This record gives sequence, structure tokens and C-alpha cells, in this order.
Amino acid sequence: MILRSLSCRFLTIALCDAAEPWQLGSQDAATPMMQGIIDLHHDIFFFLILILVFVSRMLVRALWHFNEQTNPIPQRIVHGTTIEIIRTIFPSVILLFIAIPSFALLYSMDGVLVDPAITIKAIGHQWYRTYEYSDYNSSDEQSLTFDSYTIPEDDPELGQSRLLEVDNRVVVPAKTHLRMIVTPADVPHSWAVPSSGVKCDAVPGRSNLTSISVQREGVYYGQCSEIRGTNHAFTPIVVEAVTLKDYADWVSNQLILQTN
Amino acid sequence: MAEIEIKTAPADFRFPTTNQTRHCFTRYVEFHRCVSAKGDEAAECEKFAKYYRSLCPAEWVDRWNEQRENGTFAGPL
Repeated sequence: MILRSLSCRFLTIALCDAAEPWQLGSQDAATPMMQGIIDLHHDIFFFLILILVFVSRMLVRALWHFNEQTNPIPQRIVHGTTIEIIRTIFPSVILLFIAIPSFALLYSMDGVLVDPAITIKAIGHQWYRTYEYSDYNSSDEQSLTFDSYTIPEDDPELGQSRLLEVDNRVVVPAKTHLRMIVTPADVPHSWAVPSSGVKCDAVPGRSNLTSISVQREGVYYGQCSEIRGTNHAFTPIVVEAVTLKDYADWVSNQLILQTN
Repeated sequence: MAEIEIKTAPADFRFPTTNQTRHCFTRYVEFHRCVSAKGDEAAECEKFAKYYRSLCPAEWVDRWNEQRENGTFAGPL
């Protein structure tokens, strides 16, 4: 199990788009946003290790040199201007170095920069999700909408992940700007897909936007991230990214199926 | 098989934030104001209809349609 997880990490045979047993790191990035998140994590980890080493050294040194046996009479230093200036300025500089990429990433996520090509509405219910593709409607009647239920625990087929697979996946085109509108119909929900770097809360009476652009075709798994009652664990999210042409075919097939 | 047009409501700089509730509502109101100003068949209103259908959950649209019929819709029509 651990081996499988490690091979998933280091030998990129297949990219990790679903949670693995014993997984320690992030799932592989499918969007520039997730790549940004992973990079920021690594950037901050550099400072984290720097601070860890420095503080551990001070702590061990203090314990080593200033104990009762080696140093019975403690020094009574009340203040030292130089050290106080250094220990104030230096952490601020570190925080600055963390803050700059962090804010850059944060604002790049919610910026309205490009016109999206497709709007998909993810509507949370107790306990399933409804997806509405309303760009192809010609009236207020929904032409393309479906419910996405989890495959029950005793029912998965060979190769399906337990409690991660759904009956109807969200089909999206790859390399296309998507607008996800996330809203629930009853209690607060959440729409989260780790590979896409998306976690968007769904608040009743409010519609939240999150934009994604999936860079490669694949199947991405996510789970609800808002604790909201008994079947919280049983509403996974499965995004299937296909080519734009396959997406158009899928849409027209669905339209024919649903209108007849 | 009819060719699918990949097109949706454009990004609107009045609503740059995550909260898109107003975006949907405004587009819905814009459509109905357009219709009441230019008549039911006006072609230029159709784009607003496309926008609000893309942005609004179907449940909200149904509720608002009902409210408009009953004369209890809260928006400036």
C-alpha cells in the first residue's frame, strides 16, 4: 500500500487524480491553479525548514550549555538592543517573502480575466449533486441537467474507488476556461476537487463562482468538504475531462437523450 | 446531430468576486426589463435570457417566474 503510494509519487506512471491510501502529498495538478498551490507549498516549506533548523539549534544549544551542572549561576541579561532589532526585522522579512507569492496566487485565483467558454452549475442536495449545463437552453426549461449519486459501498465494479465513484460524472472539456457556479438547494455544501485546486463552499441563497481550466484529459475525484449531516461522506465529485470535440458530442447526445 | 455552440455568459466586471448571486439576479432583471421595453419578440433581449439561464440555478428562475406572475417579484422590473 505504501509502496503503491510511493510509486504514485515518484514514478509517474499514472498521475494521481484520486486520493491514495497513505498519501502524504498533494494529488497531481490538473490546473495551473493547483500547480501554483503546490509550488507555493514548496516555497513556504523552504522557510519552514530554515526556521525549524535555526530554532532547534538554539533550543539544543541552550539546553546543552545553560543547565544547572555546567552553569549554576544564570546570566541576568535584561535586554540587548541589537538582538531585539534582529529578531524583529528578520521574521518580518521572512513573512514578507511568504506573503508576496501567497497573495499573488490568491488574487490570480479569483480574478475575472477571461471570458469562460462554459458555465456549469453544481447544485448540492441532501445527498447528491445536480449538474446543470444551461448554455444550450432555449427556454427556462432545463435541457441538460442530471443528478450525480454516489455508487453505494456494496456496489462498486472492479476498478472503481469505494465511495468515490458516481453514477453520472461531470463531463468537461480540457484546456477550456470553465465557470463553475456552486450553490446548494438545502443545507451548506461544498464542491472540491483537489487535482483542480478547487474548493468552493455552497451557501444557500448564494451562488459562488470558481473558474477552472483543466489542462489534461482525465478523471478527477473529489469529496464534499463541508460537514453537513449524516450522509456527508457519501457525496463524491467526479470530473471527467475530455477533448473539446468529445465534449460537444457528449452534449449533443445528452440533449437528444433528455429532450426525447 | 446539431453542432453545439460553445458559448456562455461573458465575464462581467460589475461582478468580479466569488459571489455571483447578484450577477444572476441582475441578468434576470435585465432580460425582463428589456422585454417590457422592447416587446416579447425583441431579438436583442435574447442574449440576456441566455446569460441568466447560464448563471442562475433553475430553481431560482422557477421561483422568480412564479413571483413575477403573482406580482411579488422584488426586483426593479
